[in-house]
Amino acid sequence: MPKIEVDEGRCKACELCIVACPHKVIGLAKHFSPSGFHPACMANAEACTGCMLCAFVCPDVAIEVYK
Amino acid sequence: MEKKVFARTKGLTETPMRYCPGCGHGVIHRLVGETLEELDIRERTIGIAPVGCSVFADEYFNCDMIQPAHGRGPAVATGMKRVRPDCIIFSYQGDGDLASIGMAETIHSAARGENITIIFVNNAIYGMTGGQMAPTTLPGMRSTTSPFGRDPKVAGNPIRVCELLSSLKGPVYLERVAVNTPGNVVKAKKAIKKAFQVQVDGLGFSLVEIISQCPTDWAMTPLQSIGRVKDEMIPYYPLGVFKSLEEKK
Repeated sequence: MPKIEVDEGRCKACELCIVACPHKVIGLAKHFSPSGFHPACMANAEACTGCMLCAFVCPDVAIEVYK
Repeated sequence: MEKKVFARTKGLTETPMRYCPGCGHGVIHRLVGETLEELDIRERTIGIAPVGCSVFADEYFNCDMIQPAHGRGPAVATGMKRVRPDCIIFSYQGDGDLASIGMAETIHSAARGENITIIFVNNAIYGMTGGQMAPTTLPGMRSTTSPFGRDPKVAGNPIRVCELLSSLKGPVYLERVAVNTPGNVVKAKKAIKKAFQVQVDGLGFSLVEIISQCPTDWAMTPLQSIGRVKDEMIPYYPLGVFKSLEEKK
């Protein structure tokens, strides 16, 4: 199943991946990352198609995509 | 078993980038890093970091880097390319660096047609020093030195660098792109790759202007800032190819 992995040490919760995702897969986690942000996470994992659009717009290169 | 289809490029180091959340520099760094990796030129590339937010670019790009005086990137690139023609030289510059203090170096290196690549990040503001008005700040746009919006009667009109350089004979490839949407990021990648390819082929001067966002100094959220890129920046700075001579040669 396609999925993304977010490097929580890099993510700064800018939310650009959330609006880039055409299937509304990504949300912000409730917990804090080491740098004090709510990191991006897969809120709706089943909908992911592995299209990589989130990784294209991530300014911190925090997202890796598996398909 | 899933296969990794998108991984961090080897053109970047493992150091986490210290840019503000939503800043366009990170995406542009990635595109340059991927280009270095894909063209297999990373080992013989020398990058030039600007003065500005990306002054620490030497920590992020996984290639040799140098950090010259403010705005002097193209002049330093000229010297390095002439001494080491086997190396690939790129100068990464912001709008305050390239279009203000470094305008002379930019225009003359373009006019001479030096075989270098310039990555010009235009976010219409001086980011590192706290959001002052830049030569590319839009009319009516607020900054810390134009708190009531830029008044063209006092501060003049913004400079469109690609249009300016396209009147010269020297440049081979000039394109303006943006990084506000996934589609534009893909186009920006193509443009950056082409600009490096022009240099690898020894054709001459190439410059890619990238419209970027600065959420912190625009006093916006990252999402509002990509909206401003679409609604205000791109109408004033139209995207597209301004000069492309490499097809004729």
